[in-house]
Amino acid sequence: MTESALHAAAGGTDRSPRVRFWRDLSFWGLLPSWLLMGLALILPIAIIAAVSLATRGAHGGFTWDFNLAGYRQILFNEGWTGELEFTPQYLLIVARTFALAGATTLICLVFAVPVAYFISRQPPGRKAALVYLVTLPFWVSMILRVYAWMIILGKDGTLPRFLETLGLPAGMSFMFNDGATLTAMVYTAMPLMVLPVFASIEKLDGTLIEASHDLYGNRWVTLRRVILPLTAPGLVAGAILVFVPALGAVLEPSLMGGGKQMMMGTLIQLQFGGGRNWPFGAAIAMTLMALVLVFLLVMALRAARREDVR
Amino acid sequence: MMKGHDVKHYPGLGPLAVFFFIYLYAPLAVIIAYSFNANRVAGVWTGFSTHWYASALNNRALMNALETSLTVAAVATVVSTLIALSAALAIIRGKNVRYRKLCETIVNLPLLLPEIVLAVATLILFSLVNVQNGMLRLVIAHSAFCTPFAFLPIRARLQGMSLDLEEASADLYADRWTTFRRVTLPLIFPGVFSGAMLAFLISMDDFITSNMLSTGGSTTLPVYIFSLIRAGTSPELNAIATLLILASLILATVALLVAARGTRENAEP
Repeated sequence: MTESALHAAAGGTDRSPRVRFWRDLSFWGLLPSWLLMGLALILPIAIIAAVSLATRGAHGGFTWDFNLAGYRQILFNEGWTGELEFTPQYLLIVARTFALAGATTLICLVFAVPVAYFISRQPPGRKAALVYLVTLPFWVSMILRVYAWMIILGKDGTLPRFLETLGLPAGMSFMFNDGATLTAMVYTAMPLMVLPVFASIEKLDGTLIEASHDLYGNRWVTLRRVILPLTAPGLVAGAILVFVPALGAVLEPSLMGGGKQMMMGTLIQLQFGGGRNWPFGAAIAMTLMALVLVFLLVMALRAARREDVR
Repeated sequence: MMKGHDVKHYPGLGPLAVFFFIYLYAPLAVIIAYSFNANRVAGVWTGFSTHWYASALNNRALMNALETSLTVAAVATVVSTLIALSAALAIIRGKNVRYRKLCETIVNLPLLLPEIVLAVATLILFSLVNVQNGMLRLVIAHSAFCTPFAFLPIRARLQGMSLDLEEASADLYADRWTTFRRVTLPLIFPGVFSGAMLAFLISMDDFITSNMLSTGGSTTLPVYIFSLIRAGTSPELNAIATLLILASLILATVALLVAARGTRENAEP
């Protein structure tokens, strides 16, 4: 019996006090969340959308004169006489953001699939313990997980010291480049990928794997034609969970990448430090938000289409 | 069955998994090991010492940051859990809820937007309406982005629960409040607890929003740690980090045990 049928059976007609109560409850119960999200989320987003079209103030801040200068600055540099010159520097940051977020997602996927498969093949007790071990680092503060890689890769760090004992030159540093940022991004995102992938591999029907082998599919063919297609929803869920926050990464690029290897998140943050360019920062923020929402929309539509096919 | 003939077995998975778990835990182990180093230069080991723990515990600025973080997290947890609980009850139990999907999306909105965008947007709002109080700014912003984390476990728990017991309670002339307090709440408690725990940890862990909104007098723990890291790595920082790692591991274990007990009880009614 469905929920509403149960209600009808127990509550009777629409006029009964029970049913009226549940209706009141749905209004009063939802009101606090509407108020909170309206004031602390929708209103600020509306304001930042407006600020992205405003004019930069003379002493920081902004004035309400609407124009597209904030967005134009992403692509063009305005010279002294007002001529526009194409500058790729911010486009490069957008490209780096996508490249690093994409690479993070791919690397996490490549490791998460075999590890999740391994965990799913363990006996129940050990399986639960391993899932717990995957979850645990996720609860450790993000900044500390990034910091750990700073002491490993940095000057006088664990890795340079270790390489020194192997006879390589002393004083090597692996910090302040895209590779360092990527290392930290992969490390912080990994549990977010393993868990959804594990959840879908766990549900996989083992007899289908056996059937594939009975039909002379080898392990590679079985992996590619049976295991991966059947676990695709979990892989997609993991990819979204990793890719979207990675696009907005701030801690990893600002600690590991140094000042010059910026991502969109750090570029936005920079514009809102004392007396910088708020409309430009708002324009980049709107761009980032639009990119994320388009990505999520495409993913949702694809998922809906997959449902239809079934 | 011989291992070599097991079709579900892929060679090399075992070693890869071992490597994976070492990879997950080695960085944390490195911090913990360095925190006991007597030498000021973190990378040079000169001997075992607990000196840096004493100096961490005597650090006024650290304790102030901890207090700020705990206060903000406690208030944000209570606010977001209550809001999430009432929204979940309304969405799952409410009748005639129009736009049910939309209501859920509104509660989950913070998960869909990049945090940095929300952080600077909130900063602009607060500077426009002139909210200068750092604690107030943090509590409002944290309550908003913690709500979906509190909402999801509560919703899952509520959805998996049949209406029978609540109906029975109503049949026995219990009023709405009594039914909620004596029947519904105890049944969904594991979900509420997991939700509150998640909200608390998300708030404690937050850097991006807090860094944007905190003022001189309201530095949170991650923002303070960020300033320490910027000033250069030090063994005291490693000691602080170790204490925090242990605290979160203990908290996580408690939370997961409670959640596990909840699902087991649920499985054998």
